[in-house]
Amino acid sequence: MEPLKIADKTFTSRLILGTGGAANHARLAEAITASGTELVTVALRRVDPSASGSLLDVIERCGVDLLPNTAGCFTAEQAVRTARLAREAFGTNWIKLEVIGDEDTLLPDPVELLEAAETLVADGFTVLPYTSDDPVLARRLEDVGCAAVMPLAAPIGTGLGIRNPHNMALICEHASVPVICDAGIGTASDAAQAMELGCAGVLLATAVTRAADPALMAAAMRDAVNAGRAARLAGRIPKRHLANASSSFEGMADL
Amino acid sequence: MKIELNGEAREGVATITEAVAAVTDARRGIAVALNGEVVPRSEWDRPLADGDAVEVLTATQGG
Repeated sequence: MEPLKIADKTFTSRLILGTGGAANHARLAEAITASGTELVTVALRRVDPSASGSLLDVIERCGVDLLPNTAGCFTAEQAVRTARLAREAFGTNWIKLEVIGDEDTLLPDPVELLEAAETLVADGFTVLPYTSDDPVLARRLEDVGCAAVMPLAAPIGTGLGIRNPHNMALICEHASVPVICDAGIGTASDAAQAMELGCAGVLLATAVTRAADPALMAAAMRDAVNAGRAARLAGRIPKRHLANASSSFEGMADL
Repeated sequence: MKIELNGEAREGVATITEAVAAVTDARRGIAVALNGEVVPRSEWDRPLADGDAVEVLTATQGG
């Protein structure tokens, strides 16, 4: 299958794994390896003097790239500052841009998101915005120079799957940058559906890290993304209202 | 001189380099904000002023 291209990078895997929610570094490393991902997200927080082991060491040992996020930011200003700190800390100008507008749903704030995206693109960042499943907003984010758009399937951590498949398909149809389905995936069939709808990739965290067996779910997600992509490329049959026999009636015996 | 380091009051910290050393041994994957603005590593030796707020940040698990 052809690789996924985002900005100047090429990925064989179309699955991006969020590291949030893993019980410990060992379980996380197992999940990263089983998922086959080449890109994992991290958050930027105050150093914890009591923390044991470095998350960066885990990521390095797994041989994957790092995508910092701006999780927890509620304003464009906060998100831009966080992105600049992440660039300084990790030496990457890639940023998963999150600007949250509501504490209960963690849904994106579209106004602040667009403003932050525009500022960061102008500052030389490769911006991958976590956005609502709004085709117009997706287009606006692309217009200001985002390298991908990442519409949610459902609110973060809900595992509800794709709430609005029609919008997701519309975004995929019209985007000329990769569309990554981000947040709300619950299980493998959700990831496969995202790919069948035309997404270029899937970003998920909780569905794997909080599964009873994270490594097994990671492998399931890897397979689901591959299966969904293949099904999309294969061209599914149209849906029909009534049955259409696959065994011909011609030559039926007179019994 | 009193500063705020990762949300806690501290005394006897004169530079950002000292502030970083006070909370972590790590030398990579660290970024510092002084009063909300990023400070490049090349400027970590600049002196702090009374009331400065220093944030020393690193990677944690997150989606």
